[in-house]
Amino acid sequence: MGVGIEVKDLNAWFGKAQILKEINIKVDPNAVTAVIGPSGCGKSTFIRCLNRMHETNPDARLTGSVQVGDIDVYKPGTDAVDVRRRIGMVFQKPNPFPTMSIYDNVAAGLRLNGYNKRHDLDASVEHSLKMAALWDEVKDVLKKKSGSSLSGGQQQRLCIARALAVQPELLLMDEPASALDPISTGKIEELIFQLKTQYTVVIVTHNMQQAARVADFTGFFLMGKLIEFDKTEKIFTTPSDKRTEDYITGRFG
Amino acid sequence: MSLSPNSEFRSLLRFQTPAAAVPGTAQPGPVTNSEVPRIVLQTSKVSKYVDVIFRNLVLICSVSILAVMVLFFYELASRSKLSIARFGFHFFVGSTWDPVAGDFGALPFIYGTLLSSLVALVLAVPLAVGVSIFVTELCPRFLRGIISFTVELLAAIPSVIYGLWGIFVLVPLLRKYVEPWLGTYLGWTGLFTGPMYGIGMLAAGIILAIMIVPIIASITREVLVAVPQSQREAVLALGATRWEMVRMAVLRNARAGIMGGIILGLGRAIGETMAVTMLIGNRPEVAKSLFAPGYTMASVIANEFSEATDDLYLSALVEIGLALLIVTVIVNACARLLVWSITRGHSARSNA
Repeated sequence: MGVGIEVKDLNAWFGKAQILKEINIKVDPNAVTAVIGPSGCGKSTFIRCLNRMHETNPDARLTGSVQVGDIDVYKPGTDAVDVRRRIGMVFQKPNPFPTMSIYDNVAAGLRLNGYNKRHDLDASVEHSLKMAALWDEVKDVLKKKSGSSLSGGQQQRLCIARALAVQPELLLMDEPASALDPISTGKIEELIFQLKTQYTVVIVTHNMQQAARVADFTGFFLMGKLIEFDKTEKIFTTPSDKRTEDYITGRFG
Repeated sequence: MSLSPNSEFRSLLRFQTPAAAVPGTAQPGPVTNSEVPRIVLQTSKVSKYVDVIFRNLVLICSVSILAVMVLFFYELASRSKLSIARFGFHFFVGSTWDPVAGDFGALPFIYGTLLSSLVALVLAVPLAVGVSIFVTELCPRFLRGIISFTVELLAAIPSVIYGLWGIFVLVPLLRKYVEPWLGTYLGWTGLFTGPMYGIGMLAAGIILAIMIVPIIASITREVLVAVPQSQREAVLALGATRWEMVRMAVLRNARAGIMGGIILGLGRAIGETMAVTMLIGNRPEVAKSLFAPGYTMASVIANEFSEATDDLYLSALVEIGLALLIVTVIVNACARLLVWSITRGHSARSNA
């Protein structure tokens, strides 16, 4: 089951540049939340703060607190490796492991966590690929083809399967369809929509139609600040902030 | 998207292009060419000739490399005719080297070259790969440049200096401390037995290792840096520790390149002459123990070429040169085969 997220007074920096300013947000479990905003507004940084990927950059700094389910993400003593293990992430550009077969790509996370039993792995790989709607396309070449031999859209679904295989409580997606063609995009959106029965999904997108299509809630970021966060329907029809309205009607960004 | 309940308000969205949405913005007219004189672009005659000349020039460049290689083989083979006719294939398996009696066999030299290079690789590869991983993945930024620079500085030291350092520092160290220790604890392997001179196969292997570390390390570092950041993030996001990230994302993707660096290092180790000659002991025998002195192909040519007075002796030395060339080609071919078999069908670059 998915978990809720509560972010309090989150500030993030790269070197001296402050990327996020005083973010406070509460995300419901088992819902899809979209994060929209113009380029450079901090939306990617925001979701990277949720699973402590932000700190993998040596210049990165951060204050505030993030609660994901029962994990206090930034409490001293919380292990970043443990946090990332429980929060899945899908990146903007498909990044399957090119030297591994399709099967090994999906099993990578499980093997990292010490699952090695053939039977369990087989079942989990099949389940994950089915959830990512890729199973039918690759079931005959699971161990023959490498992750990079697939098309861009298939690679991205493979990455989603890889993230799902470790059964995360929260799935973060950083513009998962921005490098894909419309048909692949459609498949991924359909997938996101189905995932929310079991997961909480936070998706960054700069495609507003996509946010409107898949998300239950939408947050609008501008210059590192969360301007407005509400039901998607409300954001796109009667936004309460002028800047949100300007952005979604295409006056800037 | 029939699935989405949100799709009904797609039509409510007022998506418009920015230019049309902002009132008062003048639409720019279509670009006309009327003010620009139209030029008919043609390839000039001169550039056609230049193209032909360029093509032939680079052809000559690449053919000349092949020609030099063929010439090497031809020269070495024709000048060692006497020895080839006299000893035939036995030259490569015979282990007697007696210039006085006129009996020549190259096995001790081939063995010495391969064994000293192997010892060098065993010592140098973990060190070089370790340094590269530290520099690219773990090292604080201010140390990165210093370490890389120091490692590369090792490559600039002349090999005769390595030889001198070996004689005055390494050999006494080996004789007094390292070899007794190895003899006591690893003597049972048979690799560390016999009298401990200090000078010998082990000393040569260690000095070769130090000499090839910079080549392997600098190439490995370049390859590790070239692994896309997205691969590291993919592994980290799955909940990997630092070591697991290095193993799964970095080393796995970089293995073909690392292998390439090792091949270059091996090439240098096989051909290295001066430092090895000063440290290996220069005794033509096939011994299992690394404490025993040996001889390499390059060393024997360097040492004995000026003393080779009769034709058969000279011819035998040239044939050793031929053998060195052949061994180099075979080792490189095997290494390339290895790279090919590892990377077949997979490439880190296809995802870069």
